[in-house]
Amino acid sequence: MVTTPLLPSDYLDLVSPLRAGADLRGRIEAVHPETDDAATIVIRPGRGWRGHTAGQYVRIGVDVDGVRLWRAYSLTSPTHRRDGRVTITVKAIPDGKVSNHLVRRARPGTLIQLDQPTGDFVLPPAKPAKVLYLTAGSGITPVMGMLRDTRFDDVVMVHCAPRPQDVIFRDELHGLVGEKKLRLTEVHTDTDGMLDIARLDELVPDWTERETWACGPAGLLDAAEKQWSEYGVPERLHTERFRPSVVVAGDGGEVTFSATGRTAAADGATPLLDVGEEAGVLMPSGCRMGICFGCITPLKSGAVRDLRTGEITEAEPGVLIQTCVSAAAGPCDIER
Amino acid sequence: MTAIDPTAHLTAEQIEELGRELDAIRDEVIAGRGEKDAAYIRKVISAQRKLELVSRGVLLFSIFPPAWLLGTAGLSVAKIMDNMEIGHNVLHGQWDWMRDPKIHSTTWEWDHVSPSDQWKHSHNELHHTYTNVIGKDNDLGYGIMRVDEDQKWHPMHLGQPLWNFINACFFEYGIAAYDLELGKNLSKRRRKNPEFRARAKAVGRKIRKQVLKDYVIHPLLSGPSFLPTLGATFTANLVRNIWSHSVIMCGHFPEGVQVFERRSIKGETRGQWYLRQMMGSANISGSKAMHFMTGNLSHQIEHHLFPDLPSNRYAEVAVKVRALFEKYELEYVTGPLPKQVFSAWRKVFRLSLPNKKPGVRTPDRERELVAA
Ligand code: FES
Repeated sequence: MVTTPLLPSDYLDLVSPLRAGADLRGRIEAVHPETDDAATIVIRPGRGWRGHTAGQYVRIGVDVDGVRLWRAYSLTSPTHRRDGRVTITVKAIPDGKVSNHLVRRARPGTLIQLDQPTGDFVLPPAKPAKVLYLTAGSGITPVMGMLRDTRFDDVVMVHCAPRPQDVIFRDELHGLVGEKKLRLTEVHTDTDGMLDIARLDELVPDWTERETWACGPAGLLDAAEKQWSEYGVPERLHTERFRPSVVVAGDGGEVTFSATGRTAAADGATPLLDVGEEAGVLMPSGCRMGICFGCITPLKSGAVRDLRTGEITEAEPGVLIQTCVSAAAGPCDIER
Repeated sequence: MTAIDPTAHLTAEQIEELGRELDAIRDEVIAGRGEKDAAYIRKVISAQRKLELVSRGVLLFSIFPPAWLLGTAGLSVAKIMDNMEIGHNVLHGQWDWMRDPKIHSTTWEWDHVSPSDQWKHSHNELHHTYTNVIGKDNDLGYGIMRVDEDQKWHPMHLGQPLWNFINACFFEYGIAAYDLELGKNLSKRRRKNPEFRARAKAVGRKIRKQVLKDYVIHPLLSGPSFLPTLGATFTANLVRNIWSHSVIMCGHFPEGVQVFERRSIKGETRGQWYLRQMMGSANISGSKAMHFMTGNLSHQIEHHLFPDLPSNRYAEVAVKVRALFEKYELEYVTGPLPKQVFSAWRKVFRLSLPNKKPGVRTPDRERELVAA
């Protein structure tokens, strides 16, 4: 009542954005380069942070060119760092807006939005006797979280990267090898070629006896799943797929109105407002020409094209579109 | 509408070309939107909140006249910022592109008795789509005044200078009533309409909260300064109301602004729509501070052309828009605030009386108005 129409928290956010009870945020405290295109971001999470389990990931919301974008990254810090900070390690992918921003432009002091950590690519409560980590590229990040968190007696890692200097955490891994805490095979795909999963027998002869955690590109994981099934040990394999958000923007497509459960075919020139109304969906609307924002609706998946500018908007959590000036750019899901 | 159409010299092709040129201006701003703009609105919001906090803090001691003066001035400015540069523009979706749920047209609520969603409907949708179309745009005199020769005169209009003054003092309540379309909805039958009742209830709730905050809780918090604080919040609301009323009057009422007939917008092209916005709006000239305090509605023409562009960009857009006015030989109605306010008020007075020379209208238009 004192602050209506705002909430007291709107004022408290001015002075203490990381306090308990605030929306969960974090502050970037440092950025450490790992390789040419990867960096570790040290984050101090707000007081509401519930902590993570090794191997989990966190969704973060970062403002890039003024636009808030959300991405998920694996946590690479051990679970109970005494200073309360956590780290994520990010590899810049070509055209990746957020990853490039974090690796190359993020500055200490920046506030970011956080979700609670999540994901079931984690170690079991009971320690397995033998462990294999099978990783490629940035697939090493969740595994690094595990390696730093829990030490096992018998750990083997097979890691693929294009060149030695592309191996993220290379010094630390070699340190572990030196201390005999890890047996490591690096596969340098630029010279050795892609890892052929059939070669695993030769690299890790007892792989069928090992509890395995694998993370990397889809090709590697598909091959691993096939191999583990064929040998009758699929339950030994745990995989984590980084879902790259590849939306291929086309021209028109099938539109799903998920709240009403209707679908309709749309071409690339008809506003989604009209498509929905045709299909008998109750669509909010106003000016029907893009000025009143009375028609905005969540875009749950797929992509749409702004009929005025041609700009493509891809679905991400929290993305709203003006249905009167947007057309389907491929299959999409509109929450109506 | 004046007897002479100021756009008569333009061919249909020219009007479409004008539309394309305006689209290009818009696209350029959209392509260049970014971090700086986001930082701007965040800074304004944070400044507004700090100013309001400090002013309310000072008012706790408003029993001392200097504190009263300072607090009242600060609160007035804070309220004006909330309504003008922040509220109006956020509710237009100008900052939706940032995807920040806290600075978004779907979630923003302002320090005003009209709930955001109702205002968005009557303002963004009705007023901005049907700008200055008689019978469709209720902003033309807010349904209580006659502001154009072509509107029918009624003896009630004799009192309109008075209504307008009262409206200025209690502007936020006027807007709330207007958003509810109170005049139209008070008939017995309409009053019972459940949709109207729900909306009226929402307004009631918002009014209760606002009044409680400004006139009960904060004065009570001030203890011995109860009465001075009460007076201060009342004054701040009054200042904010008169200020925003004045600014808004300057947007469409000054001499030289055109109004349109219903018939004229049938099958309107994009170019024609733009042209109507250009001819139906008026600017206020002045310093940067003036633009800021008006919420950049001093760039009313640019705002009506591009209601969803971030307000901090209107100044640079205005230069290009003005060049187009010149190129197409159109009149860019602008002037300093006192001049524009005076011009609008003079119109209110003049049109409180029936037209002096009904003969200026063409018979054709006469028929159209009767039909409408
Ligand atoms: S209906 Fe007005 S912006 Fe879409």
